[in-house]
Amino acid sequence: MKKLKNLALISIALGIGLGIQSCNPSSQTAAQKPDGLQGKLVLTGSSTVAPLVAEIGKRFESEHPGVRVDVQTGGSSRGIADARNGVANIGMASRSLKPEENDLQGFAIARDGIGIIVHKENSVSSLSNQQIIDIYTGKINNWQQVKGKNAPITVVNKAEGRSTLELFLAYFKLKNSDVKASVVIGDNQQGIKTVAGNPNAIGYVSIGTAEFSINNGIPIELLPLNGIAATTENVKNGKFPLSRSLTLITKTQPQGLDKAFIEFAQSPQVHDIVKSQDFVPISK
Amino acid sequence: MTLLKAKILSPSQSDAILLWILRGLALSTGIIVVLIVVFLLLEAWPLLQRVGWWRFVSDRSWHPAEGLYNLMPMLWGSLLVTLGSVLLAAPLGIGSAIFCQYYAPPLVARVYRRLIELLAGIPSVVYGFWGLVVLVPLINQVHPPGTSLLAGIAILTLMILPTIALTAEASFAEVPAEYIQGAAALGISRWGTISKVVLTAAKSGLLTGLILGTGRAIGETMAVLMVCGNVVQTPASLFDPFRTLTANIALEMAYATGNHRAALFVSGLLLMVAIAILVAAAEGIEKVKSFSS
Repeated sequence: MKKLKNLALISIALGIGLGIQSCNPSSQTAAQKPDGLQGKLVLTGSSTVAPLVAEIGKRFESEHPGVRVDVQTGGSSRGIADARNGVANIGMASRSLKPEENDLQGFAIARDGIGIIVHKENSVSSLSNQQIIDIYTGKINNWQQVKGKNAPITVVNKAEGRSTLELFLAYFKLKNSDVKASVVIGDNQQGIKTVAGNPNAIGYVSIGTAEFSINNGIPIELLPLNGIAATTENVKNGKFPLSRSLTLITKTQPQGLDKAFIEFAQSPQVHDIVKSQDFVPISK
Repeated sequence: MTLLKAKILSPSQSDAILLWILRGLALSTGIIVVLIVVFLLLEAWPLLQRVGWWRFVSDRSWHPAEGLYNLMPMLWGSLLVTLGSVLLAAPLGIGSAIFCQYYAPPLVARVYRRLIELLAGIPSVVYGFWGLVVLVPLINQVHPPGTSLLAGIAILTLMILPTIALTAEASFAEVPAEYIQGAAALGISRWGTISKVVLTAAKSGLLTGLILGTGRAIGETMAVLMVCGNVVQTPASLFDPFRTLTANIALEMAYATGNHRAALFVSGLLLMVAIAILVAAAEGIEKVKSFSS
């Protein structure tokens, strides 16, 4: 019995020892790999940009094993403040820099655009901003009131915390508690399926995802906003009003590691990541 | 004699290894449950301390970004959809098990059993997807918007039906053959045998099936998230959209920060408490019943 106990203890100790052993060499090889780039990169800021940058960072790390990319969220204003006072190497913001922030350098890595979608059978082909606000606050609750057929409107809203919701609410100057929703959805795909399954629904999703679904024959339709068609082209060139750019911010002209990362994030190498997160890549 | 006893009761070497492995496995299972509860408490604690638990009951609405944290509509949503689906699935499941075990010809019974097992194996997201593209548009034609308590109950009924049917069948199979032969010898009709003898003898197995079904229904996330509409309100009719506690966490966790995130952990905690109460109640009922019979 005692022998066995000892055996067990030894095997546990061996296991732990091996675990520690196996930790060491891998980190050593990672640090020693000679490719010029080494060190730690800290990025803080917008929770919209963070998931995208985290994915880009993972790919960057795998290409430059000496580099660690640390991504922290906390809002666009934190990203700008951290970049300004040097707490972070690079700040992240879900908007372009304002004119009064010209002491900083901004680098757009992608754009985000939101389109209003309805079912293909819906005869309404355009809505004014005021009509959209009235639909979402429940003042208009029948398609007849906006020259459609006599049917109640199913209002599809996004769940709290989603950046799409934030952008939508900010553009129409609404509060989420003002919105009278009939369905609340999570991701863009669910929104598209909900609208495709309900001829009387109205919703909003990322334009990239909506275009992809329309091309695949899903019966939805993107409505223009202020007379501007909701296409990825108009998002890319900044014409579409309900859109914003995702920006990386540095205090001075970036150099070394910062420069390499920003150039990597703007390169076509990461366009698949940008698209997979429903954003529109910017081609340079 | 004592020597013999010592030989029999003292575990051999291979037994001792097995014993220690089993002890380790049992310990880790227990620790995981405790750790999950501790983790939920730790994450929720800062917010609970700052705003107090009463806010989660008394606030106007659930708008965590604006500092409003009322979870009650979602608790009601979870409970109502679970209750509805168990009420529907219990007679269906037990009825189908009775049919399969006592009335169906052997070939039909075998095919039918395979079908039920297949139903149990379908992943919940497939149920949800089917509900979203077939069931919700159907209900929408009767009463918009279609995503509703009714859709949730229907989907969950389908999901827990196999659990209840299969456990019911298993417990019917365990009813001793002498009982049934005895009833036949007394000249009791087939239905009389089933309702008075079999159902009474298989009671605790049936109850276990119901508890398992209830647990699956209240914990289900993906399917209800897709068909229930997720509007935070206490459903006043079968056609109202609503949100369950599980859907709340799944919908908002990915993008939640700070207080919002902590509030979602409070939802998780509330769900844990609700399930603990359900399990305790079920166990209580079982005890009372086994004493009275």
